[in-house]
Amino acid sequence: MTEQEQPKPAKPKIPRQKMREQDPLERAHNFYEVALGYDNDLALLESSRCLKCKKPYCMAGCPVEVDIPDFISMVKAGDVLGASWKLKEKNSLPRIAGRVCPQESQCESKCVLNKKGKGEPCAIGRLERYVADWAAEHAEGKMPELPKPTGLKVGVVGSGPAGLTLAGALIKKGVAVTVFEALHELGGVLVYGIPEFRLPKAIVRSEIDELRQLGVEFKTNWVVGRIETVDDLLEKRKFDAVFIGTGAGAPLFLRIPGENLNGVYSANEYLTRSNLMKAYMFPEWDTPVAKGRRVVVFGGGNVAMDSARTALRLGAEEVTIVYRRTMDELPARSEEVHHAIEEGVKFQLLTAPQEILGKETGWAVGVKCQKMELGEPDDSGRRRPVPVAGAYFDIECDTVIVAIGNAANPLVPSTTKNLETNKWGNIVADLETGKTSKDRVWAGGDIVTGAATVILAMGAGRKSALSMLQTFGI
Amino acid sequence: MFEILAKERIGPGVNRAVISAPDIARAHKPGQFIILRTQENGERIPLTVADKDAEKGTITLVWQEVGVTTYYMGTMCPGDKLQDLCGPLGKPTHIEKFGTVVGVGGGIGVAPLYPITKGMHDAGNHVITILGARTEGLLIMTDDMKKVSDETLIATDDGSFGIHGFVTQVLQGLIDKGTKIDLCAAIGPVPMMRAVVKVTKAANIPTVVSLNPIMVDGTGMCGACRVEVGGKTMFGCVDGPEFDGFEVDFDLLMKRLAMYKGPELIALNKFRETPRGCECEIPGGTS
Ligand SMILES: Cc1cc2nc3c(=O)[nH]c(=O)nc-3n(C[C@H](O)[C@H](O)[C@H](O)COP(=O)(O)OP(=O)(O)OC[C@H]3O[C@@H](n4cnc5c(N)ncnc54)[C@H](O)[C@@H]3O)c2cc1C
Ligand SMILES: Cc1cc2nc3c(=O)[nH]c(=O)nc-3n(C[C@H](O)[C@H](O)[C@H](O)COP(=O)(O)OP(=O)(O)OC[C@H]3O[C@@H](n4cnc5c(N)ncnc54)[C@H](O)[C@@H]3O)c2cc1C
Ligand code: SF4
Ligand code: FES
Repeated sequence: MTEQEQPKPAKPKIPRQKMREQDPLERAHNFYEVALGYDNDLALLESSRCLKCKKPYCMAGCPVEVDIPDFISMVKAGDVLGASWKLKEKNSLPRIAGRVCPQESQCESKCVLNKKGKGEPCAIGRLERYVADWAAEHAEGKMPELPKPTGLKVGVVGSGPAGLTLAGALIKKGVAVTVFEALHELGGVLVYGIPEFRLPKAIVRSEIDELRQLGVEFKTNWVVGRIETVDDLLEKRKFDAVFIGTGAGAPLFLRIPGENLNGVYSANEYLTRSNLMKAYMFPEWDTPVAKGRRVVVFGGGNVAMDSARTALRLGAEEVTIVYRRTMDELPARSEEVHHAIEEGVKFQLLTAPQEILGKETGWAVGVKCQKMELGEPDDSGRRRPVPVAGAYFDIECDTVIVAIGNAANPLVPSTTKNLETNKWGNIVADLETGKTSKDRVWAGGDIVTGAATVILAMGAGRKSALSMLQTFGI
Repeated sequence: MFEILAKERIGPGVNRAVISAPDIARAHKPGQFIILRTQENGERIPLTVADKDAEKGTITLVWQEVGVTTYYMGTMCPGDKLQDLCGPLGKPTHIEKFGTVVGVGGGIGVAPLYPITKGMHDAGNHVITILGARTEGLLIMTDDMKKVSDETLIATDDGSFGIHGFVTQVLQGLIDKGTKIDLCAAIGPVPMMRAVVKVTKAANIPTVVSLNPIMVDGTGMCGACRVEVGGKTMFGCVDGPEFDGFEVDFDLLMKRLAMYKGPELIALNKFRETPRGCECEIPGGTS
């Protein structure tokens, strides 16, 4: 169809509304949130774009099946608080999901407005964020009615999005919940991994406080497998069931020479120092982190983007992402790649690190790299990067961040009897119910799927909660 | 919050405190450590559990003042509380009846050596401990150690107490005398552990060392505590902290321990200018 043949729309089309953002040059040097969200007018305008489709494809793209057209039409009608309750029926952490979900590849990719060709889907994620923030600011203290306690109690290992979602779903059905967390702060990757400028800690804390007000009990500094095992929780503490949501917290390294030099970090360490331990406030806060001048990041996912953007904010003059494939294959959320580019992160694509070069003192001074090109597609359907013979070059740097993924932490599986794991060490669990090989034990989130997304972890928490409730006969 | 029930200075810049931590006291086994944070903006630092009383629900920590956190802890008083105490962490020491076990402790390393020695002694081993320090005033916990050892040998670099010399010389002396040693456990400054391993390796005596890499989470999540053992990268917090001394790359460990020298000095200077904590003690004082 050519331009001319296309029927003219009856009324002028409203374009997808942009979110206000901090100026890239300014924000590259502070830790305040980058995206500032919609104001009431923008939200109203954006909500009016939704067609309230009879067959809402968007919902099929949402792993927790939020009633998208319903909540959007409530925004349109001015009932923002109602919209927030609608959201929370399915998503207990909407302020978080509204910020970090890969909406463009989930709900928004299925939106009918998108299908109509122009690629401008309704900004579902931005509306979700607006609604949940509005409710948090305006509806303080309003709690849903809780049913009578059932006398049942469930132990949750890990306070990431999977564990928190399960806790929320169970407490609302009168099941007592205790969450055990190894770190001193609750939230899992949401607080130690994802940086403040993308997901402010205060927001995670407010969502958790809501759960606490509902009666969820939290125990921090509590490493399951060391203080007590999962079997102890079931037998000694008499929990009726246990949910394992320990995440994918063991950093992978490339196993190339020089990886233990000073200045070489796993993304987890780098981000934990900066985020959880607030190294960007050093020396007001005690934990230091190497403030590199020239920083190289290995990897192309959200974790790599977060590391690179954190390095900029810590004062690096040059930050380079080294990735084996091309821009098209970057696994990170497109919005974050876009933000990184705006802020000045460089991309060295089709490049694989071979060795980290060091000096006598033990500090890294550079990375030896190999040029790659794309060959035939591999099992994942992506074209496989293959080395270009003899094409090596060095990048000078003082800090290297390895962001190539995480594996399962073996602590809980290795201390739990009869819990089946697969060859990568992930816990084997039914994806529909979260049931594991062990009686009364459910599992979900990254510990089952390997490193995935917040919303999938939440989906797993929700499914496990439903399955537990069914088992309990509630 | 974890209350400090008792605290005393047991040497220059060395403190011992008994802290209320019932869950940890119940679960702790020799060789394990905790990670603590003194206050909200504090750093997470690892310390070995030097002793415990499961019934009273207390653990004992012994620490040397080297930087902000340990200096600050030096100013804390009974009644003060630590913000966080996470543990027990790390693999427990493998304890069984080996025969004759020699424990070598240097400086502050005597504290972490104590529960291991006690465990080995309780398991029926003949335990010989060799304790060393630069000078008499720096020796700690010698009486505690004597109680859990069959023989205790003490050496000081300057000869101010016990044998004049290094712990390695004393160890070599035992070997030369023909003492049959089935296992050696060495804890102390990295150069000391390296020197001990040199001696035991030559005599083919299996040796475990307890490593003290810089840590953040202590649960295997961050990889800060990387050490090379037998050419392989291991995580000190979950694979250790004890390792086969013959296989450890001590040079790498020393370099990694120096990684934050610059920032640590900045932090310490700032702390000295505006000390936090109780005013009854001067931070960094040696009284
Ligand atoms: C830097 C980074 C950026 C990311 N960005 C995004 C993004 O933009 N969008 C997105 O959708 N996803 C993102 N992800 C992925 C997402 O954060 C994870 O998929 C999600 O957090 C997994 O949730 P979970 O509940 O399974 O586990 P986690 O969030 O990993 O939480 C597990 C918790 O369990 C605790 N734990 C572990 N072992 C024990 C034990 N033995 N005892 C007690 N507690 C224990 C851990 O300390 C942790 O707090 C990102 C991940 C990282 C690392
Ligand atoms: C498993 C384990 C058990 C430990 N047990 C004890 C113990 O029982 N008693 C005790 O006094 N210390 C122990 N340590 C060492 C202790 O953790 C450090 O002394 C402490 O972290 C220093 O913190 P800081 O803030 O006071 O000093 P920082 O400002 O962090 O450091 C000051 C100086 O100490 C050095 N340093 C930093 N971290 C360590 C470390 N982990 N080991 C050695 N030197 C370090 C630095 O290189 C620097 O020169 C243990 C360490 C580990 C890993
Ligand atoms: S598919 Fe798009 S337009 Fe249709 S209901 Fe969902 S968000 Fe609205
Ligand atoms: S301290 Fe983080 S992995 Fe060991």
